[in-house]
Amino acid sequence: MLDLWLIPLWPLLGFLANGVFGRRLGAPVVAKIACASVGLSLLASIKAVWDLLDLPHGARRIEQVAAPWIGVGGFRADWGFLLDPLSGVMILVVSGVGFLIHVYAVGYMHGDRDFPRFFAYLNLFTFSMLMLVLANNYLLLYVFWEAVGLCSYLLIGFWFERPAAAEAGKKAFIVNRVGDFGFGLGVMLLWTTLGTVQYAPAFAAAPGQLAAGGGLVTAITLLLFLGATGKSAQLPLYVWLPDAMEGPTPVSALIHAATMVTAGVYMVARSAPLFNLAPLSMSVVAWVGGLTAVFAASIALVQTDIKRVVAYSTISQLGYMFLGCGVGAYASAVFHLATHAFFKALLFLGAGSVIHALGGEQDIRKMGRLKGKLPITSRTFYWASLANAGIIPLAGFWSKDEILAATFASHHYLLWGLGSVGAFMTAFYMFRLYYTVFEGKDNLDHQVAHHVHESPPAMAYPLLILGIGSLLVGVLFGFPPDHGLYHRFVEPVFAAAGTEAHAISLGTTVGLAAVATAIAALGIWGLARSWYKSGDNPAPERLAARYPTAYRVLLRKYYVDELYDALFVEPIRRLAVWLWRRFDEPVVDGSVNGVGALVRAGSAALRRLQTGYVMSYVLSFVGGVVAILGYLTFWR
Amino acid sequence: MSVPLSAYLILSAYLFALGVIGVATRRNALIIFMSIELMLNAVNLTFVAFSRSLQSMDGQIFVFFVMAVATAEVAVGLAIILAIHRNRETVDVAELNLLKW
Repeated sequence: MLDLWLIPLWPLLGFLANGVFGRRLGAPVVAKIACASVGLSLLASIKAVWDLLDLPHGARRIEQVAAPWIGVGGFRADWGFLLDPLSGVMILVVSGVGFLIHVYAVGYMHGDRDFPRFFAYLNLFTFSMLMLVLANNYLLLYVFWEAVGLCSYLLIGFWFERPAAAEAGKKAFIVNRVGDFGFGLGVMLLWTTLGTVQYAPAFAAAPGQLAAGGGLVTAITLLLFLGATGKSAQLPLYVWLPDAMEGPTPVSALIHAATMVTAGVYMVARSAPLFNLAPLSMSVVAWVGGLTAVFAASIALVQTDIKRVVAYSTISQLGYMFLGCGVGAYASAVFHLATHAFFKALLFLGAGSVIHALGGEQDIRKMGRLKGKLPITSRTFYWASLANAGIIPLAGFWSKDEILAATFASHHYLLWGLGSVGAFMTAFYMFRLYYTVFEGKDNLDHQVAHHVHESPPAMAYPLLILGIGSLLVGVLFGFPPDHGLYHRFVEPVFAAAGTEAHAISLGTTVGLAAVATAIAALGIWGLARSWYKSGDNPAPERLAARYPTAYRVLLRKYYVDELYDALFVEPIRRLAVWLWRRFDEPVVDGSVNGVGALVRAGSAALRRLQTGYVMSYVLSFVGGVVAILGYLTFWR
Repeated sequence: MSVPLSAYLILSAYLFALGVIGVATRRNALIIFMSIELMLNAVNLTFVAFSRSLQSMDGQIFVFFVMAVATAEVAVGLAIILAIHRNRETVDVAELNLLKW
């Protein structure tokens, strides 16, 4: 078994090399260093998982402490790494999809003035994400949780001279911090109740020391979940993710689709032993997930920016992952995480390809008929859309269907209904997007139309590889449902966590699968195709005209941003201004300036001693001598 | 009848006081120097008086030291006064106030 710290090491070195010497090395070298470092991580991850498979089925768990860190009193948290099937899946997803996105970004960011800084940040992010999923204790997890949040800020605001980008970066970081506040409290509560923050001792002690369904474990898990809602953009802390689209598209693909936002799902899955003891928290998780799934999907129905549609789709699919966790189907949720990484990254990269081809245009109303001019992009986008919509036998079908089946089997029929409605919407908006961009009517700007060209190889190959992944990963690893290769690999982790398995009969499974496929097919071929494929159909506009309020509410994203602005942002801003005017300036600046004024006044008084007149000096001299003599003679 | 020790000491004190008043009051640099010499000599007188009174030669040895130092000091001091006079046409210390704030 190789040393696990070798997995995150390479992107760290890449960050240091490109960060310090990037400008001197030049773009081609920077690109090679950045991609090679993630490539090495990928190879190390493959080797590590390969070695893990050598171990017997139930004993696949390797824990290594690379170096001690904190050991104070009873508190211990080290640079410890844990490799088990769960973290194994994560490192493969992070390094695999990460590698493809790094390669794509070499093409996408070509010519950018800050090319080295971009790849330095991207490597830093990859390092942090790998450390996050390999950590063996909550403190290390928290550190790298913050680190990926930092990288998200740096990368969203990469073109920091654009005010919108800088604002978006700040928003992402601040909203995340709200969630992290809860996460931090959860970890502290865990420490005070169980006396440890390391996974193994905590999960072993939990069933004994925490009353099942009791207040403490519910509080801990809800606080941890609050952190997950921030990082993984669920209700109510999802507002940063659509704004994060200001960042370069590879960033959106890597951080806001495939990896960082999945950290919340990973954390909940990792904490399964705790969540399994708190049925109330699991309900909260499931409902938040389900509601977010439908909420975000409804907004995506009417958005006109290509990246924003995909962003809301991401929020929605993350909702499905949490729905899976909430009903105890952790393995299916993580499977959806993995399949989603493929097709969502592909969708973003494809969107980036379109934007790149059109010289920066992102409004889908100014696209259309791009299928012929962008063959690779359109094909792969089509496959990814099918996968996202959950059409058998593509990737998204297997994972999403398992989640919905588990929801149904655990008697959460209302949630199952919500999930199915969301699935219909997903199918619809994905194909609304596809048909509007690649088929339909040509609405391109004249100048833009001249320059449309397919992407260079650096961008096209990753699209193809991800496309093939979207087609095959689901069926290769996920068939038959709940018993495929993936499930047998990951199952011990969650069984050990005390997850109840809900038995589903074959008939129910097939029936639900058929229903799911029917819903998706209806969304696509029933509705989206007829409305958008030709580009002539007036039905969408007519529907919008008949229900203008509903249309406006969806278009304006339920006015949530405005609500948060009024409730939180504006009062805090006013408090800040008040503090500035009434405290910072008068008191703080006043004291500092006051000290200066005091010194100046003192010196003005004292400098009159310096007369330049020898006689007065002599007099002071004599006076002093007399005083000393007097003291010595009469006082002592 | 021998002169009592106190007489020497009182004389020495008076001479010292005169020297101090001279330094503090006079404006001519040369006069100030003379007053400093007066103070030094007053102290010499004290040393010799005590030497005689305590039957020890230490006092008189010290007087040698004092005289040597006084001489050196006068040499340097007069050199400075000469330099000032060449520069400013005056030895009036009241006019030498460039180091005023």
